[in-house]
Amino acid sequence: MMIDYRIRKTLIEAVARRVIASADELTDLDRAIGDGDHGINMRRGFEAVLATVDELSAKNLGESLKGVGTTLVMKVGGASGPLYGTLFMSLGKSLADEVSCEQAADAFATAIEAVKVRGKSDVGQKTMLDVLFPLLGVLREGGADMTARLRATAKAAAEDTIPMRAIRGRASFLGERSIGHMDPGARSCALIVDAVADVMEGLA
Amino acid sequence: MSGNVGIVIVSHSADVARGTALMVEQMVGREVPLGWCGGDPGGGLGTSVEAIMKAIEQAWSESGVAILVDLGGAETNSEMAIEMLPEERRDRVVVCNAPVVEGAVMAATEAASGATLEAVRRTAEELTPV
Repeated sequence: MMIDYRIRKTLIEAVARRVIASADELTDLDRAIGDGDHGINMRRGFEAVLATVDELSAKNLGESLKGVGTTLVMKVGGASGPLYGTLFMSLGKSLADEVSCEQAADAFATAIEAVKVRGKSDVGQKTMLDVLFPLLGVLREGGADMTARLRATAKAAAEDTIPMRAIRGRASFLGERSIGHMDPGARSCALIVDAVADVMEGLA
Repeated sequence: MSGNVGIVIVSHSADVARGTALMVEQMVGREVPLGWCGGDPGGGLGTSVEAIMKAIEQAWSESGVAILVDLGGAETNSEMAIEMLPEERRDRVVVCNAPVVEGAVMAATEAASGATLEAVRRTAEELTPV
């Protein structure tokens, strides 16, 4: 499909608004197993994105995504800035305005590797990667109802981090006590996917 | 290469970063280029890529810059800041795997003797239990 200016702007606004609206929830999750700033940091980053949405979405999809990534790197503050920044910048490097399902999957696979390197982390360690990786599987499968499956997979994958034990980031200091709480980064990832899915379903 | 290796201190807290910088200055003197930053872009506890880039600029030395960090986000943000530097500078900045206060003092002491970036990093990292 073709991601034109209108869709780019709608997507960026929807994602930013969802993250901003969920800041308290993310901070509550982070207070349980991290340092309690994930929502505050993400809200600051996406408020900066929202403030420049016209400028960001005026560029082609690749440059728009890179612009979102750079803004998050500069404004978020916590480790989630470089992690989400790397995700969006990597996607921006791989994607042109006309995106096929296969291209999206390839771009996503490359971006996941970049996030792994940035966070020195891997799947199964109670991080955003535990949501990103299952999404790649859905993109690879393709087929009908993909938006609905992406949404459901992200939500379930975030919930699947609850019994995991963190071994990266601040939550790792808690060891066994990190078990029983959803990872805030996994939750913010699922929220972003949910906002993207809303937009895509609105277009269908 | 010319000049002593520079030292950058990155903490989640501006107070910790400033306090550490004062200790370095008092114990090692001012012959080592020094930069520090602490706090997120909103002024709360955290770290900022932009502030780290400025601190690297402030401590810049042709011999390189060693960064000392406190907790996880400081390390991730420092690595991101290094990647955003001009290409010719990227290879001359390292993040030391060492405790921030002791590491900064040890690294600066080594740097003051005119040691290479690698030697400065090694000295700081000797403090880290294997």
